[in-house]
Amino acid sequence: MTALLELRGVGVSFDGFRALNDLNLSLAPGELRAVIGPNGAGKTTFLDVITGKVRPSQGEVLFQGRSLLGLSEHRIARLGIGRKFQTPRVFENLSPRRNLELAVSRSSAPWELLFGRLDGKSRDKVQRLLAVVGLENLAHERAGGLSHGQKQWLEIAMLVAQDPVLLLVDEPVAGLTDEETQLTADLLKQLAGDHTVLVIEHDMDFIRDLNAPVTVLHEGHVLCEGSMDQVQNDSRVIAVYLGQATD
Amino acid sequence: MDRPSWLRRFGPWILIMAAAIILPFVLPPFRLNLLGRFLALGIVALGVDLIWGYTGLLSLGQGIFFALGAYAIGMHLQLSSLDSGQLPEFFGLYGVKELPAFWQPFSSAFFTLFAIWIIPALVAGLLGFLVFRNRIKGVYFSILTQAALLVFFNFFNGQQKLINGTNGLKTDTALFLGQMVGSDSMQRLLFWITVVLVIGAWLLCRWLTRGRFGDALIAIRDDESRLRFSGHNPTAYKTLVFTVAGALAGISGALYTVQSGIVSPQFMAVPFSIEMVIWVAVGGRGTLLGAVLGAVLINYAKSLISEQLPETWLFIQGALFLLVVTALPDGVVGWWRQGGPKRLAAMVGIPPTAATYPSLDGDGAQQADKKAIAAKLESGGTP
Repeated sequence: MTALLELRGVGVSFDGFRALNDLNLSLAPGELRAVIGPNGAGKTTFLDVITGKVRPSQGEVLFQGRSLLGLSEHRIARLGIGRKFQTPRVFENLSPRRNLELAVSRSSAPWELLFGRLDGKSRDKVQRLLAVVGLENLAHERAGGLSHGQKQWLEIAMLVAQDPVLLLVDEPVAGLTDEETQLTADLLKQLAGDHTVLVIEHDMDFIRDLNAPVTVLHEGHVLCEGSMDQVQNDSRVIAVYLGQATD
Repeated sequence: MDRPSWLRRFGPWILIMAAAIILPFVLPPFRLNLLGRFLALGIVALGVDLIWGYTGLLSLGQGIFFALGAYAIGMHLQLSSLDSGQLPEFFGLYGVKELPAFWQPFSSAFFTLFAIWIIPALVAGLLGFLVFRNRIKGVYFSILTQAALLVFFNFFNGQQKLINGTNGLKTDTALFLGQMVGSDSMQRLLFWITVVLVIGAWLLCRWLTRGRFGDALIAIRDDESRLRFSGHNPTAYKTLVFTVAGALAGISGALYTVQSGIVSPQFMAVPFSIEMVIWVAVGGRGTLLGAVLGAVLINYAKSLISEQLPETWLFIQGALFLLVVTALPDGVVGWWRQGGPKRLAAMVGIPPTAATYPSLDGDGAQQADKKAIAAKLESGGTP
């Protein structure tokens, strides 16, 4: 099976600081993958490279066999890569419904929004997503007034509304209650299969819940890959997380 | 449709129509002329509201587009009242013998009608595209627009041989459709044209801001890069909306010129473009009605107060701006819509009336329940 997303030898440096260093990673279609790593391991930069926010100084990023380098963010999004940010980012002065209606839109041309009407299928989808994330009753309130958890969920719903092939999810459960965390894990597991999902998270219980292969990043490099149990027992990972043994 | 909703829907329009028809016969020509001018300024304010109030782009250079529209009509009026072969008078002062090439097309009324809004729109579109493509935003955008304004201001000031430099072009003695532009009957006609165009501009802006396009503008203001990652290209939206604001500014400038009687580089003075922002801030950012009201009311207040106390206007304007920034962040219209009058009444001791539910009060079963609970509570039990 050919890889959906492939990073080959990607390197990024900011003023001499190497945020990513010879990073190699590949995702199969329909896979659910978790990425962990200590602070400063380059997890968010790694998403920035895929989504076009940061251009790598070395290496190649291939999505469905096509290079993403040099494409602008909205084009990459249109190719089918959706991203959820670390802190929930929604359009605060719009209602949840209108947030979703912007995300569900099929074309990036302004006239589409000006003249095109939302078709019935898209409207149904917005309604369904509002129900999935439990915001039906708040559909017409200002999104800025939602709670932290509701905003996280709204952003995930916006991501799904885009109907991406690949979902990049950056710390989806930060600041959520245990129950919300559980629901988020279930939601992401549901999405995998139809979609390819890559999750970055610090919460180890959540990662264990996902029951997915884990990639550990350290200093901009892939340290190791495997199941959660394998990774947790890997001496290099323990060293990175707990500090180097001195003997 | 029952009567109240019919009245709600068309009432304001009927009032506006009636006022537009009656005012020219009630107000003295001088006051009518002022009102017409300030309504014309309402159009440039609508553009400022579109780019700043909705999209979050604070342009301090709308004077450029305002003046371009103004010069377009000014040049046409210079030429339209001449016999063939004659040159506008000022050219003689600088020894210019032949009409400069870029003046030629302005002798056509048809061309001018389009030039008034298309030239500013093109300049705005080009400037906007270059700026937005390079992702210049926030304070840098504001400074850049002001710098552009100064460039245009100095250029127009210095070009005596091309456009009479700092003296500007007079329009009130020019002939248009066989009548003097400054005459009372012509001014009345211009007032009506202004009213129609203000309404047209308002409808255009409302159409732009109501649907998903308007949502995208607000999304740019809230979080531009989120919109990018949702697969939209903010550069396209920003360029488009900046172009529309430029076109509106041009129309506004042309209407203002024919009613004030002169166009000069002062239209591109720095304070004037900042005042446009103040009108919108006071009237209500992100409310279209607020933009027009702000422009008309502030300018009317300015002219009334300046007649009585010429020295005080700048202080009042400054105080007004401070008041809006500190107490009314959404302007007068925003304050009104968010229940401001009720809160003000509550402050002086008149509490707002709460909603009642007559259907519950009239429901026999509900009342029986209520009585039962009250009886239980009285006898010391829990409901």
